[in-house]
Amino acid sequence: MHELSIANTILTTVLSEVERQNLPPVTAVGLRLGAMSDIVPDSLTFNFDVIKADTPLAGAELEIEVVPLHAACLACKHEFPVEDLVFACPACESGSIRVEQGQEIDITHLSVEDEA
Amino acid sequence: MDKQIALERKVLSENDRIAADVRAQLQDRGIVALNLVSSPGSGKTSLLERTLAALNDELRIGLVAGDVQTENDADRLLKAGGKMVRPIVTNGACHLDAKMIARVLPDFNLDNLDLLFIENVGNLVCPSSFDLGEDMKVVLISTTEGDDKPLKYPSMFRRSSMMIVNKLDLLGTSDFKLGRVTENARQINHDLQIFELSCRTGDGLEAWFDWVRETVAEKRGVLA
Repeated sequence: MHELSIANTILTTVLSEVERQNLPPVTAVGLRLGAMSDIVPDSLTFNFDVIKADTPLAGAELEIEVVPLHAACLACKHEFPVEDLVFACPACESGSIRVEQGQEIDITHLSVEDEA
Repeated sequence: MDKQIALERKVLSENDRIAADVRAQLQDRGIVALNLVSSPGSGKTSLLERTLAALNDELRIGLVAGDVQTENDADRLLKAGGKMVRPIVTNGACHLDAKMIARVLPDFNLDNLDLLFIENVGNLVCPSSFDLGEDMKVVLISTTEGDDKPLKYPSMFRRSSMMIVNKLDLLGTSDFKLGRVTENARQINHDLQIFELSCRTGDGLEAWFDWVRETVAEKRGVLA
């Protein structure tokens, strides 16, 4: 639901990075989205494509990698994928776990035109 | 050929930075900050009205009332005796963010505050991603909703430290089962602390008030 504000933050972040590093035109923005980030990739892309028009990022596409939920057990240290929304350790059944991956909304890289 | 440039950056890093600053200001003064989240209509404002009525004389309570439109909730809290109430009208935004909190924080006399309630916009999706500098998120659910909500909105229940089940007086009028909502919530978050109460009848409220008192005292104790 807040994909527009996320798209806006991505746009602003990348624009300032382009200016700071004096980068050539950006062709793609790499993103890592957690499966439990509450962001719908299609909706994010739609919003980004709307707001990028008339900016230096008009030619940039979002490249989204969705990463699954992964957790570590605080009791037995077992690491495991969280499946079917069961937030408990499959090895020792402890519910004291830490989600290690699957909630991120990260920019990972930019692709820019190679001037050489 | 395009060239790739690494850029590891959390999209919400600016929000997180402001939230950390808000948190530091509150921590320094031993203020307990609770971020109340729920669907629209679960009873966030009712819980705060009840809490004000019970604790207004013993604790210095600040309230931030977020709404998409209108200051109705803030008005209700003022009527309930709230001495320090700030509305935040988001004008369409589906959540509060840290910048909005940082903007109203100077309106509070922080040296004269024990407890800050932040009533988020009624929404079980978006507010989960935005750290506001709170000690914990408290998620409300009422017995007129589906008892599978923890499974439908896992992110919110995972990131909350407490679940309050409201409208206990209406239990039995729908298919909502207390056992099931507890089981579902614990499947998502084993460590979730749970209160069951009715803001209408007052049933179960005393335990919540005690928890608030103890949490404030504990934080003061750490500071002393």
